[in-house]
Amino acid sequence: MDDQTMTHPADHPATDSVAALKPRRSVEDHPVKLEVKGLNFFYANNHQALTDINLSLRDKAVTAFIGPSGCGKSTLLRVLNRMYDLYPGQRAQGEVLLDGRNILAPKEDLNVLRAKVGMVFQKPTPFPMSIYENIAFGIRLYEKLSKAEMANRVEAALREAALWDEVKDKLHQSGLGLSGGQQQRLCIARAVAVKPEVLLMDEPASALDPISTAKIEDLITRLADDYCIAIVTHNMQQAARTSDYTAFMYLGEIVEFDRTEQIFTAPKNQKTNDYVTGRFG
Amino acid sequence: MTTHNPITRRRHRRNRVAMVFSIFATAVGLFILAAILWELLWQGLGGLNMKVFTEITPPPGSDGGLSNAIYGSIMLTLVGIAIAAPIGILAGTYLSEYARGSKIGEAAKFINDVLLSAPSIIVGLFINAILVVPFGTFSAWAGAVALAVIALPVINRTTQDMLALVPNTLREAAAALGAPRWKVLVFIVWRAAKSGILTGVLLAIARISGETAPLLFTSFGNQFWSTDMGKPMANLPVVIYQFAMSPYSDWQRLAWVGALLITSAILFLNILARSLAARSR
Repeated sequence: MDDQTMTHPADHPATDSVAALKPRRSVEDHPVKLEVKGLNFFYANNHQALTDINLSLRDKAVTAFIGPSGCGKSTLLRVLNRMYDLYPGQRAQGEVLLDGRNILAPKEDLNVLRAKVGMVFQKPTPFPMSIYENIAFGIRLYEKLSKAEMANRVEAALREAALWDEVKDKLHQSGLGLSGGQQQRLCIARAVAVKPEVLLMDEPASALDPISTAKIEDLITRLADDYCIAIVTHNMQQAARTSDYTAFMYLGEIVEFDRTEQIFTAPKNQKTNDYVTGRFG
Repeated sequence: MTTHNPITRRRHRRNRVAMVFSIFATAVGLFILAAILWELLWQGLGGLNMKVFTEITPPPGSDGGLSNAIYGSIMLTLVGIAIAAPIGILAGTYLSEYARGSKIGEAAKFINDVLLSAPSIIVGLFINAILVVPFGTFSAWAGAVALAVIALPVINRTTQDMLALVPNTLREAAAALGAPRWKVLVFIVWRAAKSGILTGVLLAIARISGETAPLLFTSFGNQFWSTDMGKPMANLPVVIYQFAMSPYSDWQRLAWVGALLITSAILFLNILARSLAARSR
């Protein structure tokens, strides 16, 4: 089937992306961190947003979710830390196993879960407090640290998010005074400061300029050494550059889920092929 | 740049006509305000001297000041706001954060808005019935409670409005770190809305510091120096009301001074509130 679709030069899927594919490393042997089984999701008006989602996210690897607007990528992400629970009426059926434990179970402690499954949003959301306090807020929720230990943790988190050198002299100024790209790295620092196991990123660079975007992408690649990362993106090059696995979603279903290079060079599904070549979406 | 297109020419003409009317309307409004202030300054400044602050309200025909009324107004307002602010802020928080969309919440919001425009004389009569008649005496407590009832819906409503302005992404970002709901509210949402809520409190102070009707039946007035909250207490609005209506020219002059003092205080509070609101933007 692929032979036929590849005869015309224009049919070569996402040639740019291929050139920019992340240097391959082997993540096949990484254990599964998060497993989604038979997941259905409904909004308050009973509109079904996700249908029978099945996939596994490997530890210390990046999984990208791509697909046209409204396909359910963000919704899926918001199930993984049960963010949807903030809104009455939204409900999920099926199973999401974090290290084998079903986090959709009603008795799950959501605050503990969210400390383990961190999230970075599309729009940078620094808290209305100093840079230092932005980081310390999350740490204080679950740990009692001395001043010195806290200072170390804050510095470590800012270094991890490649922001330390830019803010080390103004830690006690408001986080709202930073540029958009810096704010987003502050949010990433805040998320990693609580030592999560999984990091969810909902279009983390779509509100940023190209240079800030490049920094965030570098950061994602480096963070992948330590965390299980799920990233939603509209930017296919970004998915190709940063991820090990890619899931293509359409109308609330996963159309294709595979190694990123597979999705971008030889997708098995015609719809995936059309999307990654920019024919629709 | 001029155009000779008939449509744009007609639009320019209409624009000019609308502009002239708006400028005229603004000028009328400003003129009335300026006239009031001018008259107040003209009449009030003449009688302003140290005695106003050091001596109590005099009998007709003798020298005196407004010290008992100034003290009374400050006490009534402060006690009133001390009662209203915590209740108003907490109620506004409940209505905005917890009761959003619920039937009881919507009903409470509606009733609060009705209370917001309730005639203040009704409030005075109501407090008279529950706090003056049973105790057999006018009292400063009753006056403070009457003022609190007037301030309450103002603070409640501004708190709701200010909390509604806090972007949901901020709540989600804090929840995503594993923060329990009350911490999200106290440390993030309230902090983000802090200056807006404070502005509401200041405007409520400005509102009640000039109220006369609710004090007539509650705190009444007192021509002597009194700091006893259980007894009638003098206050500027009621003194102005009595003195301005009197046939004695020295009383009338003191009424002008009192009016100038209240107006200056309200002007100051409004400017303070504005600058606070501007800083939070």
